[in-house]
Amino acid sequence: MTAALSVSQLSFSYPDGHAALSDVNITIETGQRVAVLGPNGAGKTTLALHLNGVKTADTGTICVGDTTLSDGTVGEIRRRVGLVFQDSNDQLFMPTVGEDVAFGPANLGLKGSDLDGRVAEALHAVGATDLEDRAPHHLSGGERRRAAIAGVLAMRPDILVLDEPTSGLDPAGRRELISLLQELPITQIVITHDLPMALELCDRAIIMDAGEVVADGATSKILQNSELLSQHRLELPFGFDPATLRT
Amino acid sequence: MGAGHAHALFVHEHSKIHHLAPEAKLAAGFVFVVAVAITPREAIWAFVIYWATLLAVIRIAKLRFGFVAARLSVIVPFVLFAVFLPFIASGEKVEVVGIPMSPDGLWAAWNVLAKASIGASVSIILAATTELPDIIRGMERLKVPAVMTSIASFMIRYLELIAGELGRMRVAMTSRGYDPRWLWQAKPIAASAGAMFVRSYERGERVYDAMLSRGYTGAMPDLGHRRAGRKDWLTVVAMPAVGITVALTAIGFT
Repeated sequence: MTAALSVSQLSFSYPDGHAALSDVNITIETGQRVAVLGPNGAGKTTLALHLNGVKTADTGTICVGDTTLSDGTVGEIRRRVGLVFQDSNDQLFMPTVGEDVAFGPANLGLKGSDLDGRVAEALHAVGATDLEDRAPHHLSGGERRRAAIAGVLAMRPDILVLDEPTSGLDPAGRRELISLLQELPITQIVITHDLPMALELCDRAIIMDAGEVVADGATSKILQNSELLSQHRLELPFGFDPATLRT
Repeated sequence: MGAGHAHALFVHEHSKIHHLAPEAKLAAGFVFVVAVAITPREAIWAFVIYWATLLAVIRIAKLRFGFVAARLSVIVPFVLFAVFLPFIASGEKVEVVGIPMSPDGLWAAWNVLAKASIGASVSIILAATTELPDIIRGMERLKVPAVMTSIASFMIRYLELIAGELGRMRVAMTSRGYDPRWLWQAKPIAASAGAMFVRSYERGERVYDAMLSRGYTGAMPDLGHRRAGRKDWLTVVAMPAVGITVALTAIGFT
């Protein structure tokens, strides 16, 4: 069976020479939810931007299903890999939520009732039907996040990549988001510093540091390795006992 | 599609004017204002007709006259300038209530007052009956270059966000004892303006990345909003027709 996503020997340096990704190899199976953990500056967001061709690698290949990312396939890859940005304000650039959700499918050529149907379907999937006519700058953090996810789901992607989805959310908003992601039947890559969420949501976790994959395994095993966590500037919340984690 | 929270100038109503397609309203307003601008200032009767036309539009739009009058305060700086014109204009002087005034200056003051108030009223009526995103959409359909409408659209979307960042920066400066009173204390303000520019530039890059990741290829997609039909154009044609007819008649007479 073909993997949902396959990244091999991916390397990328910024124009100032800073190596953001070095020989990254990751394979993700269809339906998996994988957490990508790591300190600030580890290259997690840069990796996410590569997964749908927003950034172009210096070397290495990215395959989504059977399709290899190239100039000729970048359009299809962008449809199949949906990227939810860390700051929802960066993603919600249209005047209303409805128009923002319509932006992606309209770029795919959908029009009229097909487009309206796709917008309604995506808003319904995140429980945000009532937000359709609202302006993004008048939404709460949680509402903005759901609207941003709807904008990506409207393209019916195979893989959802979420960059710090719980940052800036209050506890209730965080809980709602975790429930929503648990219910979405889609392959997910969750970049996060929120280790309890990673444990709750993802069976597998990858730790990145200095542009490299330094650990890859069951989330519960990785989170119980306090030495590994501290080596890579990660820490479980106070009172969160690794011994009680499910394995 | 309208925004859930409308902008401050918008008045939520269900009038014929509110329901017209935005491009029809924009085109009608633009032609009307051009007609007013080319009307000779001596044709006072023409300005009376223009005002009557506007009063009728305000009535049909179910706006309060007081609302439009209050919003007209935006032209106060022009009014103040116009008030001085009869006193500072050169040439022959006439006595008005014992005060020497220049007839040319009086005409110039009248010209500024009449045309600025009519032009501003048209803008106020347009803004009160059309949501901001619809105005941008109307501009797109009137073939205003896409790069300009996109910039305007992003400006509206991100203005509050940037104002919020600026406010937080000001609080941060105040909380560390910055209380400028003199010009030589302005350096931190200049530095914060620079920081704002860099932050906005970086946000621009992130927004562009977000657009690319959802299939943007350089042109904003057509989201299928209702376009102006024959009925819209027939409804609005009266206003520019009055403007052009009156302006040309006034030019002919003078």
